[in-house]
Amino acid sequence: MEKDLIIRIAGEGGEGVISTGDFLMQAAARLGLEVVTFKTFPSEIKGGYALSQVRVSEEPILSQGDSFNILVAFNGEAYYMNKASLTPGTVLVYDFPGGDFKPEEHPGVFMYPVPMSKIAKDELISYISKNMVAIGAVAELFGIPIESIKTSIHDKFIRKGEDVVKINQRAVEAGAGYVRKNLKKTDPYKFPSPRPQKDVIVLEGNQAIALGAITAGCRFFSCYPITPATSIANYLSDLMLRVNGYVYQAEDEIASIGNCIGASFVGIKSMTATSGPGLDLMTELIGLASMSEIPVVIVDVQRGGPSTGMPTKHDQSDLFAACFGTHGDTPKIVIAASNVEENFYLTIEAFNLAERYQLPVILLSDASLAIRVEAVKVPDPSHIKIVNREVYKGQSDADEKFLRYKITESGISPVGIPGTKGAAYAATGLEHSEDSGPRTNPETRTVMTDKRWRKLSHLEDEWNPVEREGDLEAGIGIISWGLTQTVVKEAVQHLRAKGLKVAALYPKMLWPLPVKAIESFALTVNKVLVPEANYQGQLADIIRAKTSVKPIKYNVYRGEPFIPMEIEEKVESLYEHDRVGV
Amino acid sequence: MRGRDREGGFSGEKPKKEMIMEALDVRLQLKPKEYRSSIEPTWCAGCGDFAVTAAICNAFSQLNVNPDEAIIVSGIGCSSRLPLWMRTFGFHSCHGRALPVAIGIKLARPELLVMVTIGDGDAFSIGGGHLPHAARRNIDITLVVMDNQIYALTKKQVSPTSREGMKGSTTPYGTIDSPMNTLTMMLTYGATFVAQAFAGNPKVTGDIIKQAIEHKGFSFVNILSPCPTFNTVDTFDYYRPRIYNFDETHRDKRDRMKAFEIAESALNHTINPDAKVPVGIFYKVEKPVYESRVAGLKGKYHGADITDLKAIYNKFRT
Repeated sequence: MEKDLIIRIAGEGGEGVISTGDFLMQAAARLGLEVVTFKTFPSEIKGGYALSQVRVSEEPILSQGDSFNILVAFNGEAYYMNKASLTPGTVLVYDFPGGDFKPEEHPGVFMYPVPMSKIAKDELISYISKNMVAIGAVAELFGIPIESIKTSIHDKFIRKGEDVVKINQRAVEAGAGYVRKNLKKTDPYKFPSPRPQKDVIVLEGNQAIALGAITAGCRFFSCYPITPATSIANYLSDLMLRVNGYVYQAEDEIASIGNCIGASFVGIKSMTATSGPGLDLMTELIGLASMSEIPVVIVDVQRGGPSTGMPTKHDQSDLFAACFGTHGDTPKIVIAASNVEENFYLTIEAFNLAERYQLPVILLSDASLAIRVEAVKVPDPSHIKIVNREVYKGQSDADEKFLRYKITESGISPVGIPGTKGAAYAATGLEHSEDSGPRTNPETRTVMTDKRWRKLSHLEDEWNPVEREGDLEAGIGIISWGLTQTVVKEAVQHLRAKGLKVAALYPKMLWPLPVKAIESFALTVNKVLVPEANYQGQLADIIRAKTSVKPIKYNVYRGEPFIPMEIEEKVESLYEHDRVGV
Repeated sequence: MRGRDREGGFSGEKPKKEMIMEALDVRLQLKPKEYRSSIEPTWCAGCGDFAVTAAICNAFSQLNVNPDEAIIVSGIGCSSRLPLWMRTFGFHSCHGRALPVAIGIKLARPELLVMVTIGDGDAFSIGGGHLPHAARRNIDITLVVMDNQIYALTKKQVSPTSREGMKGSTTPYGTIDSPMNTLTMMLTYGATFVAQAFAGNPKVTGDIIKQAIEHKGFSFVNILSPCPTFNTVDTFDYYRPRIYNFDETHRDKRDRMKAFEIAESALNHTINPDAKVPVGIFYKVEKPVYESRVAGLKGKYHGADITDLKAIYNKFRT
């Protein structure tokens, strides 16, 4: 038996593909198992190919995995899309008879026909419960406790009434009953056995960002609806009111970043969340926040670009826009999270950095991470460090003149907050002197530009939670960012198990680039590989520009993340063809 | 301890009266010029915006506004420099974006006095998309537009309020665009206070601004504020004989149709030399302000069942 199990559910959008995955994920979490989901669907209200994949294990899971062990095909398209991956030893559960397709012969594949549509239509008189029939069949086949699934159904549907709960629970039982009566289990797969309940909460990537913001002390959030960032606002809309904050839906993204800058100007921690097109619109005001030294957090849940691109698909192509989007010399910080738990902690760090250095911080996530679900250890607020901006305490002496942009060694100057005696000043996007008055002479310009950039001059020493793993000396060293890091981690484990000498560096801060960490990492490896889900190799180019390292680029730009096997094959081919070795 | 001297600086021992006032938590009323910062305006001599600044200072003084608790937000343009000349808090933001910044301020700290001072290009062209939403939500902000019917900082281009035929550097033949009636527009958008004033009459202007600040809700004051340098058509001398105050004939400020009727006539003078230019308060109606509705929502949720972070996290247990 495999130590982990990957179940892929595929079908048409609107058929309950995604919720089927969610129910299986919840059942696994209830059993104390590790769980990671991967979902992808088209940018349509209904229709199109949708996929939901659940990986469960007794041990910690790094990535979504390479492929599946079990495919549940709701329709012909789902079958044809995944046919090539039905290798000997895998399982196919499919809608038959009564579905819209009949699969070919697949020697070595365990085939379980379940008439999902037919049972839903004829027995339950409720076509939409087809996915519940499938869940029941899967539960029966692979030993998932039916009661656990029925509890999840109750929790999800009780708001819609007892009747809705009952029909769905009956559908699950019907699916399980069909399997018991008509099928004989021949495959070796079994859901991992229950583990002792861990102290975890189950979060989606975007939920983790919302919770991180609340934890960091964010009390104002303004946004404009955009896929795949909107659910951050959805989760926050209720939470914010509970902590005396507010979620404001603005007329556009320019307004939302403007709202956040205004709220932060008067001392309230503020955040907005958007995707590429919205980040473009916010660019001018991100420059304003940088120039007037106002802390603000911008979450960019990246999607496939350019233009409208692929709104629901994974891409890591906003790095250039995040780092270089604004005109002028604009100090800001760009960080990226790789998994759901990091989304939580790095959102808090984004606020801490914004507050400490009084500038905009952009947190990059992506469409895949946004909806990825993980069981995360319950955070302990007493162990989370929260940073607040340095504030001017008010006049102690009537002759004291408050200088908002006072030149200091660190470049950081105390902020005047309304309500503080003598703290009044006019912030401006114009170049200004220490007292915030507009000034454009060469000396002021130079001194003030230096001051703003000085804030970041020691950033890498002050904050750079970079991880390194693998062999101390290696032929190939991999540097990755965002979600790709989770895939690289799994690939590194496999490669090292095969005896290859491999190392990896996982920076969380991308701008300013942690030059020292990258240079010293590069000294320990023969070649540096940078896999990224974008065409240009954006991080690789920034590394090339800012360090002496000349990375090898490896890019996918198909709207789906890397899988571990691809990284492994790439590293192996580099070993073979380039004879890299230690 | 020092007291405030007449120049608005701080020197000498605190006068006895001020000590008593402070003990009673009452501030000495500042004089209008005490609302001005030490920075001298960079406007041209004869600019209408000087009178607008004076009118705002007068209104602040009469209302005893605390400069540490008031914020003037602006965008970009000649008139948008105004917050820099003031000793309240100020935010000279980006072109067209004063309203979003002001809204963020007001929603975060509703107790603060928030005023927006911008020009016609900033308000009605680049920032035009923000107006309906601030108005319909009735956020308690006073929007003062200094309308000189021209882009002056960039040296004479036509603006959305320029009359047809106006010559600008990009329209040397005279613009073929029609001017925008910003008064009927703001009435349509749902502003709960709509007024027009003329910089040539600072006293009336100051009074209207004062009423706009006192109004609970989104107030819009369009001030005809001539540019002596780049607009040789809409000058003080042009307006003076044409201005008429309609307050005597339009007393019920809740009468929306009457408001529309007068506002509709506001641009007649651009085609008919005998037509008058109306100033006064067109419309004023009480409606719940956005911030108090937000406070209501907060009150409903706050402390209901979730009070600490751990309790919030626990919502996400399976």
